[in-house]
Amino acid sequence: MNVELKNIHKHFGKTYANKGINLSIPSGTIQGILGENGAGKSTLMKILSGFIQADPGGEIILNGKPVVIHSPADAIHVGVGMLHQDPLDFPPMRVLDNFLLGRSGGLFPNRGAVAQDFKRLAEQFDFSLDPDNYVDALTVGERQQLEIIRLLWLGARVLILDEPTTGISASQKTKLFATLKKLADQGMTIIFVSHKLEDVESLCHQVAVLRAGELVGTTKPPYNTSRLVEMMFGKIVTLGERQPAKSGEPVLSLRDISLEDVRLKIRNVNLDLRAGEVIGLAGLEGSGQGMFIRACAGLVRPVGGRILLKGRDLTGRSYHTFKREGVNFLPASRLEEGLVPGLSLTDHFVLAEEPNGVFIDRAAGQRLAEERIKAFNIRGTPFSTVESLSGGNQQRAELALLQSPLSLILLEHPTRGLDIESVIYIWSKLKDRCHQDSAAILFISSDLEEILQYSDRVLVFFSGKVSAPIDAATTSVDQLGQLIGGKGWQEKGGSHA
Amino acid sequence: MLRGRLGSFLFQSIAFVLALGFVSLILLAVGASPLEAYKNILTGSVGSMRKFAEVLVSFVPLLLVTAGLLITFSAGLWNIGVEGQIVLGAIATTWALRQFVDSTMPPALAIFLSILAGMAGGAVWASFAGMLKTFGGVNEIFGGLGLNFVSTALTLYLIFGPWKREGVASMSGTEPFPDVFSLPQLPDLRISPWALGIALAAVLVVYLILQGTYFGLRLKAVGRNFRAAYLLGIPTWQYSLYSFLICGALAGLAGAMQVTAVYHRLIPSISSGYGYLGLMVAMLINYQAIWAVPLTLFFAALNIGSIQLPIVMKLDSSLSGVLQGVLVLFVLLVEGARQKFLKKA
Repeated sequence: MNVELKNIHKHFGKTYANKGINLSIPSGTIQGILGENGAGKSTLMKILSGFIQADPGGEIILNGKPVVIHSPADAIHVGVGMLHQDPLDFPPMRVLDNFLLGRSGGLFPNRGAVAQDFKRLAEQFDFSLDPDNYVDALTVGERQQLEIIRLLWLGARVLILDEPTTGISASQKTKLFATLKKLADQGMTIIFVSHKLEDVESLCHQVAVLRAGELVGTTKPPYNTSRLVEMMFGKIVTLGERQPAKSGEPVLSLRDISLEDVRLKIRNVNLDLRAGEVIGLAGLEGSGQGMFIRACAGLVRPVGGRILLKGRDLTGRSYHTFKREGVNFLPASRLEEGLVPGLSLTDHFVLAEEPNGVFIDRAAGQRLAEERIKAFNIRGTPFSTVESLSGGNQQRAELALLQSPLSLILLEHPTRGLDIESVIYIWSKLKDRCHQDSAAILFISSDLEEILQYSDRVLVFFSGKVSAPIDAATTSVDQLGQLIGGKGWQEKGGSHA
Repeated sequence: MLRGRLGSFLFQSIAFVLALGFVSLILLAVGASPLEAYKNILTGSVGSMRKFAEVLVSFVPLLLVTAGLLITFSAGLWNIGVEGQIVLGAIATTWALRQFVDSTMPPALAIFLSILAGMAGGAVWASFAGMLKTFGGVNEIFGGLGLNFVSTALTLYLIFGPWKREGVASMSGTEPFPDVFSLPQLPDLRISPWALGIALAAVLVVYLILQGTYFGLRLKAVGRNFRAAYLLGIPTWQYSLYSFLICGALAGLAGAMQVTAVYHRLIPSISSGYGYLGLMVAMLINYQAIWAVPLTLFFAALNIGSIQLPIVMKLDSSLSGVLQGVLVLFVLLVEGARQKFLKKA
């Protein structure tokens, strides 16, 4: 199906998410849509798939005919289906029931016939999905497969995929790409939204790049990576050089620390974290690293052992004592734990400063906010409420709230969901703080490349077991992956970090 | 346009018209003329200086309670126990005055100390709800409700027990205090300019606390995200307790005004439901201090104006309560509709 977008505008308040976008995608094409977070990719796709409506004046033309799409149901009716980043399915239900949902008509669906269709489609793409299995037992990749055949079965001729390669395994990715190529050969139009350059380069027939709501250009293979990056960010960005490990004074010392919650027990961990050093905590979600980092912040009390900060024993003291001693903790859930929705950036900066008298000096607060907004490159005004900021800007705001001076920064998933430019920016700021205050950093990440790139040493967590510190310079993603999965623990030797 | 202040005002006006319409339907259903009823409420509240003074008498405690509730609402707390905090303020004031009646202390000082005792009484009662919440994990709504019942029982016990009138105990309350122990009133009117001044000063202080102080900003942070406020370094449970203490002190002050400026004694229903009414006003003004004065005045006028209804029209005076309740419901409803509308637009 030929897809044409003409003059699509969309504004939210004063900011334009899409600005005069014109894009034409011929039938049988895999179209890549590239752009950093907040570039307007998702908005454009939501407009095409009916989740939101464009401002008046634009047109969506399918096979030469202008169409009006007011809802996702309208979209699938004209043949447009969207696969969301988080699959929109119903986990406690069976695969086949999920497949049936969204189908109109009929009080009593003909399950037999539907099961046949399901089997036929699954076989066609070599998907091994059991129709009687429950959806919560499936992996993200399998849920994607289910969603793809469901949309095809509903009659989709245009398939939109939003960041489909996040959270799936390498083999699932290979299978997904093969499926998409097969579909394109059958005349389907595939729109592939991503900020991962290698995925886009290896799959797409043509690529459109969005920046700040505008279409900055389209290219065809062979792709020039640095040219694409430049289009995405408007400038050239490179990852920083890895820096060698420091050996300053110990900042945080753990002596035989034991931790417990209802599920996990961590026993006798010893660690010395030195000034200027960065330690990454790797492990599957819920392997004990969350409890560990919170114990280092004073939020979880150890059941045994001692925690020393610059030689001072802080065992059993409250988080606020830790904070006064220069420990800052940035939680993963920014709007739930890190920031206060409803309060402005100025309010946050004022709150984080030491009070100066009883009354707030509004003008000074605003000046401070303007300074920090500039220094941390936050897209927002002093009066913006934090929930109106994008994820990357919320993260920058959290960094801007770090106190000074600092001795230890604890971070949970500091760059989750952020584009590469924000990641580089945030780490450069963190490293700056490390040098300035001779602080140390302890961070959790599920991105192993991030861990290897930015840490000096790595601790791996596996169901409460903690590895000895591993030198990041001499290990690989593959080795870490094995340990995270519970393999090779004998050699790495238990919990004497 | 619908986003701004004007749009908000437009929607609130719609809510007001809807509420009036709804109450009119009720009046028509019982065979009364809505227009006549509204006219009676109007003349009954602002028809004469004497009547307007009555409105102000009702305005004072309502404003004090509303001001206090703005503090607890900012901290994210539903201080239902405010009703009992008024009662305890009145009891503590009465207790203090009883100590001073036969002493040689100058009356002005006695009144001043009794009012302080009332504020302390309200604050202590509020601290019970606060401690139940912070240390016992009891939701402040349940704790407050329970304490309200205890406060009513305590009043009745005092009036019919230790503080009963010479010879006869009655629902009319304790022995009235001599006139010198009352806040001075305007000639021929029941309103005390002192009480009015105190109430206006209190709401101004609350406004300043919430708008311009570190304390107010921290309180709001605690109210909007307890967890994040804690991580930002704010001592959260202490701030919850402070807000209870402030609200309790203001509710206690309202109780003290009821004793020293209105009834000159302790009576069984000394709080007159001002606590619950204050909760409604606070919700109606969307927790913004700046609207507290006009809305409280309006509610007080409804209260006093509707006293005319049973006299002139043989209607029940609870109509004002119906109108107030319906108004709050419609404002909340219309605000919800506006939010939905804005999201679409």
